[in-house]
Amino acid sequence: MIAFEGVSYGYDGGNLLSDINLRLAAGSFHFLTGPSGAGKSTFLKLCYAELLPKSGRVTILDKIATSMSRDDIAFARRRIGVVHQDCQFLDHLPVDENIVLPLTVSGQFAEPRDLRELMDWVSLAPLARAYPPQLSGGERQRAALARAVIMGPDVILADEPTGNLDWDMSLRLLTLLMELNRMGKTVLVATHDMNLIRQAKAQVAARVLRISGRRIQLAGADL
Amino acid sequence: MPAARFRPSHVIAALRANLTSDGSADSIVPPSGHTAWLTTFTAGAMAFLAVFALALALASGRLAERWSDALERTATVRLSAPQDQIDLQIQAVLNVLQTTPGIASARALTTDEQRALLAPWFGPDLPVDTLPLPRLIEVNEDSSGYDSEGLRQRLAAEAPGAVLDDHTRWRKPLAIAAQRLRLLGFLSIALITGATAAMITLAASAALAANAGVIKVLRLVGARDGYIAAAFVRRFTLRALAGALGGTAAGMIAVSILPAADEAGGFLTGLGFQGWGWLMPLTLPPLAGIVAYFATRAAAHRTLTELT
Ligand SMILES: Nc1ncnc2c1ncn2[C@@H]1O[C@H](COP(=O)(O)OP(=O)(O)OP(=O)(O)O)[C@@H](O)[C@H]1O
Ligand SMILES: [Mg+2]
Repeated sequence: MIAFEGVSYGYDGGNLLSDINLRLAAGSFHFLTGPSGAGKSTFLKLCYAELLPKSGRVTILDKIATSMSRDDIAFARRRIGVVHQDCQFLDHLPVDENIVLPLTVSGQFAEPRDLRELMDWVSLAPLARAYPPQLSGGERQRAALARAVIMGPDVILADEPTGNLDWDMSLRLLTLLMELNRMGKTVLVATHDMNLIRQAKAQVAARVLRISGRRIQLAGADL
Repeated sequence: MPAARFRPSHVIAALRANLTSDGSADSIVPPSGHTAWLTTFTAGAMAFLAVFALALALASGRLAERWSDALERTATVRLSAPQDQIDLQIQAVLNVLQTTPGIASARALTTDEQRALLAPWFGPDLPVDTLPLPRLIEVNEDSSGYDSEGLRQRLAAEAPGAVLDDHTRWRKPLAIAAQRLRLLGFLSIALITGATAAMITLAASAALAANAGVIKVLRLVGARDGYIAAAFVRRFTLRALAGALGGTAAGMIAVSILPAADEAGGFLTGLGFQGWGWLMPLTLPPLAGIVAYFATRAAAHRTLTELT
């Protein structure tokens, strides 16, 4: 679904990531770990073309990122659900309208009953008409996850989706991600949470990628 | 906990199955508060001014036509000659006129007619016959017109006491002034249109720049630039349309209650709309809408290309 070939990226001058080679195959489940500031969020942004590689080639859903048009990128993002680390909501719209935003901008709408079911599941039903700035960090992350999955995307990228959640809620979220993965969706989760990774590995064939020294490597089975 | 019963596949399958088109996407652009009124107000003010410019253009157009039409068709030959030669010279003048191309007819005024013409100034008892008054010959030209310089020369040769008075001296500047006035009216409408476009471009660019964060989020969830631009275009077009409707209505009311002078009132009489002319200002709101549409669209596409 997404492939990196000899990719490097850096913000100003120097390289943050270099010579990255990896493929997120359809239906795979990956975790991405690494110290803070190592470039996890940067890697994800390369995956949905918010950043373009300085060198090498990123292929997103069979298209080369550097030669995608604005519309190509928009259509690709409709098939890639992203939980952003900083959530990225429209503060002037209530939570439920933020969650259905991917449908709205592609000219579609959600059945109210289905939306309510999804909101219930992330325990946000009572906050449906609240505005994003009024939410706690954990509530924002749950809303971001609901928005990421509402289109039924082929790929789900989650950047620290459990950073502000308690264990119970983290497990619930993991359950959804694993469920989607079982349906054939490709999942990549950036996280520091080793317990979460262990929990997942017990249930799905999850692989762990680790960023160290500007490279991304498959971690051993020692987790 | 209720979550245990949740089957994401059901939800997502259901969501995907019930996707249909949605028309209520305008709220994705945040309301811009009081600045929204500035666009509406300016469009209204511009439309109000445009109504007057239009009234001016139409009125001066009518004036120019009336003057050129009615006055251009008649001229007078004044003939002063010793009493014994007068009839001879009248005949000579008529001969010249009848053989001049572009003149439909010529006729010497009778003494009664001349008396009637002078009566307002000198009273009815003026002894026209005995006074050394010039005789008047009325000339009607046809639509092709005649060469007045050539006619003057022929008259000078045939009847030395004849003077051609073709009103040109005072008619032309007036007709030209009216035509200029009409041109100014239309120029004003063009300037008002341009100013409206510039103002809406500025407002739309400012709104787009202020909403860079919103645009970023919309792009992250898969909105195409065309969709984002359309949301702004719709908003500004509707605002301009609403403002122009109000301004046009106010302008038309103002023109309709202008005090009506009588015919002798001259120019002011005409400032207003007549008959079908009342439909002309109704084109202003759609014009404002079209201007706003293209101005916002250009601004949106430019801003969206710059925003990366
Ligand atoms: N827009 C930017 N401009 C310049 N430098 C940036 C920018 N975004 C990130 N960086 C830098 O790049 C490095 C990697 O950032 P990134 O967000 O990818 O880290 P991360 O692995 O996601 O960290 P964390 O675990 O804290 O989220 C950091 O040192 C950060 O300061
Ligand atoms: Mg990060």
